[in-house]
Amino acid sequence: MTGKFETVSAGSALPANDAPVTPHGIPHRGGAVNPAAAALGASFPGAIVRTEVVWGETTIIVVPGRILEVMQWLHDDPDQRYDFLSDVTAVEYRDLDRPVEVVWHLRSLPFRRFLRIKAQLPRNAPLQVPSVWSIWKSADWIERECYDMFGIRFVGHPDLRRILMWEQYKEGYPLRKDFPLRGRFSRSEQLRQALVQNPEAKYSMEELSIADAFEDLPEDMRRRIGSGERTGE
Amino acid sequence: MASGTRTIEVELSTTGLDAHGKPQRRPLVTNDGGSAFEIGAPDSMEPELSGDHMLINIGPQHPATHGVLRLVLELDGETVVRCIPHIGYLHCGFEKIGEYRQYNQIIPWTDREDYLNSIGNNVAFALGAERLFGIEITERCIVLRVIAAELSRIISHLVWLGTTCIDIGAFTPFLWAFQERENVYNLLESWVGARLTTSATRVGGMAADIPAGWMDGLRQFIRTFPVTVDEIDRMLTRNAIWVGRTIGLGVMSPEEAINWGLSGPMLRASGVAYDVRKDFPYLEYETYDFDVPIGTNGDVYDRFLVRMEELRQSVRILQQAADRLPEGPVNIDDPRIILPPKSKATSEMESMIHHFKQVMEGPRPPAGEAYVAVESPKGEKGYYMVSDGTSKPVRWRIRPPSFVNLAAIPKMVEGHLLSDVIAINASIDIVMGEIDR
Repeated sequence: MTGKFETVSAGSALPANDAPVTPHGIPHRGGAVNPAAAALGASFPGAIVRTEVVWGETTIIVVPGRILEVMQWLHDDPDQRYDFLSDVTAVEYRDLDRPVEVVWHLRSLPFRRFLRIKAQLPRNAPLQVPSVWSIWKSADWIERECYDMFGIRFVGHPDLRRILMWEQYKEGYPLRKDFPLRGRFSRSEQLRQALVQNPEAKYSMEELSIADAFEDLPEDMRRRIGSGERTGE
Repeated sequence: MASGTRTIEVELSTTGLDAHGKPQRRPLVTNDGGSAFEIGAPDSMEPELSGDHMLINIGPQHPATHGVLRLVLELDGETVVRCIPHIGYLHCGFEKIGEYRQYNQIIPWTDREDYLNSIGNNVAFALGAERLFGIEITERCIVLRVIAAELSRIISHLVWLGTTCIDIGAFTPFLWAFQERENVYNLLESWVGARLTTSATRVGGMAADIPAGWMDGLRQFIRTFPVTVDEIDRMLTRNAIWVGRTIGLGVMSPEEAINWGLSGPMLRASGVAYDVRKDFPYLEYETYDFDVPIGTNGDVYDRFLVRMEELRQSVRILQQAADRLPEGPVNIDDPRIILPPKSKATSEMESMIHHFKQVMEGPRPPAGEAYVAVESPKGEKGYYMVSDGTSKPVRWRIRPPSFVNLAAIPKMVEGHLLSDVIAINASIDIVMGEIDR
């Protein structure tokens, strides 16, 4: 029982008769631009690479280093209020000359708006962008998955480690285009690696530090914990 | 299991024995100043309980984790201090496989991610692909997809209801819920031929129109199903055990729920009236008359109430859809997208070539990208597709609602008792096929 409670209603910042309808006849390119694009261009000169509208969805491409301040502004500004982070993902094109793109899908529940933010990461530099975990807690697992699948480091994430693949996974990042569909190793090698796993070592370093079981650990894990190692680092 | 935990277990679970298995001479019942009980056993015989945190592993093979979720819990007594979830045991790389498949070939994969909502996923994926292709589907197809999506919501909520009842200790509503679910699966089977993995949609239409007399079956279901909902409602809503096991657990405030990205009944139970069908409509949902139920406390009990009401609202939508189903074609009239009829493909040369080229090369959308979200039973399910102009997507991303909802479980269970973890976990309505993909 929480006591004080205020109902939040999507679209509450809009006039009452401004009911949304199913979009029809959406053009491939062009159309209505999300007002955030112009506002961002005015507030952050130099941070916006370009804006495009594809199938009615506005995409704003932002300089990677300035993602955090742009996102914070989108979240806080009373005319934007992008309070709901739908998704964080990445796109690597088959054309390997194109940069890897990190994609954020934002929703503004009060204004019923949808916005896509992109950052293009050049290939000759480490793949990293600022984490938006400090703004939206929902970024926690989604960014971990993006790191797990693409190897993009989200700087500032409190717990960036693999989430879908296991801790000892050595084959790289599965959704990268240079990763073969069947995996990097042959089936026999994958089986061999699975068989040499120590089934006792199923707790992570962090969890074992909770249990008072240090003395009973395998030698290599004791050494790794002793040197201050944490999972995924 | 790590052996340190094993030691703790012996100390705790075997009263009257010390850590080495020797019987304790100290009596188990003592009073505060009672000298009568001081027999002279040394204090070291008594196991030290305070401050000892225990590590408990739940899953991945545990029926109450609804699949292969694994939770590592740090307990102080019976209170959860920390929860560390582990997922990925069911990871199959759907998104990777999708990059090697044509759009219509991806539809069977969408069955298998959230397998309780398979036909709803088919609809969602087809909507995403159609936005990428720039297709407007026919009126009849829109209404059929609404029927499919709402039937799917009913299935998913019924399975949630039944399994949650089992988790919390009620068995009868499980049987009632699964009986009704069977009725829906019979309807789906007579429509698309499959029960669980439906693959019912195609880009630009449906795999099949409904057979003759199918609407009679749907109308019968619309008549009988609310009776079952009312029975389950009578059984649970004011049941003291049910209320006691669910109320006040896993509370999320509206601000927290939005910030943690919760969606669907999880978010609405916290009092946030956000439903993709109302706020970002698709399939002309704005023309249906239905309500979005919201909770007031954001606890497990409110999530139960919200889902019960959504069952009734789905029946309302089904009734309206059944009344308005127009005649006409199901598929769009575009030979670049839609296959020729099978009978023609096996008898006419032109149709056979057409069929061959469609299947081998596949329809090609223009280069572009689209994110289409629908209100799945678990929440906002989004499909993000990027095309470079070829017949296979560059990137196919599933925005899994239960993945994001599950990410909040450490926040929800901390401070609650171990037995409440099961109830809170059940209230999220997770499907591991969707979380791990």
